Amino acid sequence: MIRSLPIDNKTEATLLSVLVAFIVLFPLCNGVFAEGSALHVSAFSMGVWGKYLCYAVLAVSLNMLWGYTGLLCLGQNLFFGLGGYAFGMYLMMNLGGPEATETVLPNFMEQRGMTMIPDWFLAFQNPVLALLAALIIPGLVALVFGTLAFRSRIKGVYFSILTQALVYAAMLLFRRGETGFGGTNGFTNYQYIFGASINSESTARWLFIGSGVLLLLVYLLVAWMLKTKFGLVQQAIRDSENRVRFSGYSTTHFKAFVFTLSAMIAGAAGALFVPQAGIINPSEMLPAKGLDVVVWVAVGGRGTKMGPIIGAILVNLLKSYTTREFPEFWLLILGGLFVLVVLFMPDGIMGLWDRYKGLLFSRKSAEPVAA
Amino acid sequence: MRSLLLLIGVFLATLSGILPSAADEVETRRLLVEVVLAEEAGEDERRDEAMALLEEQGEPVIGEMYEAWRVGRIVLHPVEGAEAPEVLMETNRVYANLLTGEEVVPTAALDKSRAGRKLRKVFKRMVDLLDLSSPDPAKRIQAAEKLGLSQNAEYLPDLKERLQKQNDPDVRDAFQEAVFISELANGSEEEQLAAVNGLGELKSYSSRDFIEKLMKEVEGGERTDKEQMTQAGQAALKKIDARQQMISRVNTLISGLSQGSVLLLVSYGLAITFGQMGVINMAHGEFIAIGGYTVYLVQKWFASSFGPDSVAFGWYFAAALPLAFIAAALVGVLLERGLIRFLYSRPLESLLATWGVSMVIQQLLRMKFGAANVSVSSPEWLSGSLQMAGLSLSFNRVFIIGFAVFVIVGTYLLMTRTNWGLHVRATMQNRRMASALGVPSSRVNMMTFAFGSGLAGLAGAFISQIGNVGPSVGQTYIVDSFMVVVVGGVGNLFGTAISAMGIGVLDQSLQPLFGPVMGKICVLFGIILFLQFRPGGIFPARSRSLDD
Repeated sequence: MIRSLPIDNKTEATLLSVLVAFIVLFPLCNGVFAEGSALHVSAFSMGVWGKYLCYAVLAVSLNMLWGYTGLLCLGQNLFFGLGGYAFGMYLMMNLGGPEATETVLPNFMEQRGMTMIPDWFLAFQNPVLALLAALIIPGLVALVFGTLAFRSRIKGVYFSILTQALVYAAMLLFRRGETGFGGTNGFTNYQYIFGASINSESTARWLFIGSGVLLLLVYLLVAWMLKTKFGLVQQAIRDSENRVRFSGYSTTHFKAFVFTLSAMIAGAAGALFVPQAGIINPSEMLPAKGLDVVVWVAVGGRGTKMGPIIGAILVNLLKSYTTREFPEFWLLILGGLFVLVVLFMPDGIMGLWDRYKGLLFSRKSAEPVAA
Repeated sequence: MRSLLLLIGVFLATLSGILPSAADEVETRRLLVEVVLAEEAGEDERRDEAMALLEEQGEPVIGEMYEAWRVGRIVLHPVEGAEAPEVLMETNRVYANLLTGEEVVPTAALDKSRAGRKLRKVFKRMVDLLDLSSPDPAKRIQAAEKLGLSQNAEYLPDLKERLQKQNDPDVRDAFQEAVFISELANGSEEEQLAAVNGLGELKSYSSRDFIEKLMKEVEGGERTDKEQMTQAGQAALKKIDARQQMISRVNTLISGLSQGSVLLLVSYGLAITFGQMGVINMAHGEFIAIGGYTVYLVQKWFASSFGPDSVAFGWYFAAALPLAFIAAALVGVLLERGLIRFLYSRPLESLLATWGVSMVIQQLLRMKFGAANVSVSSPEWLSGSLQMAGLSLSFNRVFIIGFAVFVIVGTYLLMTRTNWGLHVRATMQNRRMASALGVPSSRVNMMTFAFGSGLAGLAGAFISQIGNVGPSVGQTYIVDSFMVVVVGGVGNLFGTAISAMGIGVLDQSLQPLFGPVMGKICVLFGIILFLQFRPGGIFPARSRSLDD
């Protein structure tokens, strides 16, 4: 059963190679072809697609929870936001650039009447520490919350509702100016990242490559985990938690681990998202955004490795198209999409593909799809 | 026949009881004219006589006339053939005869009347004291409070004198309080001590600052009963503060209960659809919005067909309540038939689908009514407030608490005493078994969902009275109401009621300590922690099934 390659079938291999090609060629086109050429990719569209890749990472992290462990987390955007804030703090502490001798006091602190940057905030000037924090803070929150919740056997819908309450509470907290993270406006107007100007084309290229590499790494991690014994237990918990528990596994620990890991991945995605979006504010932690992530996964195909990536990119493409062309109808379309997916494509696009590919490629009827 | 005559007799007697007041006004007007004419003629004796008689009168026209005289709106209008001129009062260039109150069109040149300085002073005092003898107890209380707080020694004898005449205990207390407060500044040392003690007994909050001021003076100054006075002052302050604290506690409790009642109305519908049916209806909040907009539409319709000042308009809310229920219930039926019935076995999917529906409804409402909040005015009978022992209870709050109780009792009776309730409970316990036994479970589901949605519509109607109605009003309540249901114990309506009230009171009592947002955050984290210890809520559903 356990093979060394994390690729199951031809479809997946095709999709994966398309993804790899995209991640390699997109920045290449930006660098090699001059502006005006038909193959040129602008820095702007690279930023947009870089954000989509981060969203895809977020969707994969949710899929790890929902698709493979059966835990529907409605607050995955909390971890995304926490990671984003952690890296946003790094960016805010480097407004002056590499040559500056003194740290520039960010605007939001000035508005609150502060004259000095607090030490704990100043510590984020160090990029390594900030990146670590972007992983560890979401991880810690998830570990504490997950352990508490799973220990008292909160599961199913109750877990979902609690995660929603958690993200809601966090959003209220971050909205307050007193909390010290810029209130409703959050962090914005970044200037430098790792010593380079944040607005330069090469920065955009590197951020895009970083997002792509992160996505591939996360994809490989998920694929590898599924092949291990751990992954098997994980999927068994999804299918029948009680049986797993009766077999002597501590499902609490397994679930807490997966929850923490997925939160850290979401945090990493958030950290890469913020410099490309140019802003992080509490609206990233709206409960509605958490549900958006769920839709991406559901549209692409829950419990499939490629589904969440496809879902995240397609839904966001659709969103940016409709909000530009028919801004009034975006919510109607998104809402309709929810209903449609739930009613008619419970396994998402990947499920549709699996069901109908037989009709396309061979005369034999497709194998029955496992429920 | 005899009783009818008696009734008419009683009626006439009552009428004659009222009439003297009209007679008083005629007399007052006569005296006022007398005063003006005497002042103009310089007959001081005649004027003072009339003034003395005026002082006995408590008519509001005195105040009106004084105000007019002070600014020169009292004019003399010479009448041909008559000895004395007519006295006219001008209001917005309209002249009225002071004697009769009738409108007059001046025919001759007018002469402004001016009161002398001394007379004005006497007059002002009379007007200030006017309300003290007003027949309306509320006015008397107000006047006494005002004069007491001014600590003007001039009024002290009048207050004291009138205190003896008061029979109403509330008015008496107010007069006593005014006398005491005034004595704090103007009385002798013994009187001051007595006043401090008395104010402590009355637990008068308005005197608190004055007592504190006096205590400072006592501390700094030299007086024979310094120690005694200090003790009395501290005791009085303590009593006043204790009363104040009690009032604020009761206020918190009541606003907590009324917030809890809103939560209860919102989450009762959810407790039925989520707790009893196992459907996660994320569109529940939008039923609130539908209820709110129904009230808005009904209000608009009433205003356009009856006019916003008519009596009928005052009752629009009563008409809107059932309509809000029906509108939300109808949309609920649509949702259940069109979507939810396919998802009974898949609760997580129902969550996603209904979230989609919620976005669609929100957007449709936004397109129809605009993104801004619409304003719904409270009918008059809901906007007043009840004054009681230093507390003020707004009718809104009292009404919503009462309504919440009504919903609890009504739902309980519906669930336990009717055939429909029996079917609902049977279906909820075991859907397949119930339908095997002949319960029309599909119809029961539909009706139950409609009922739950209708309750949300009702909640929306009430929210329109205490807050704003906008397309996303439901979003502010959806997380809270799920919390309420989970804390109460899913499937337990009584638990929902307890947890709604508990969360409401907790929220309101934390708010003054931490501010509104922090208070809410504390409540949310508190709930998350609470569920660690009681994952099934206050009243967990008992079941032998492993997966429940």
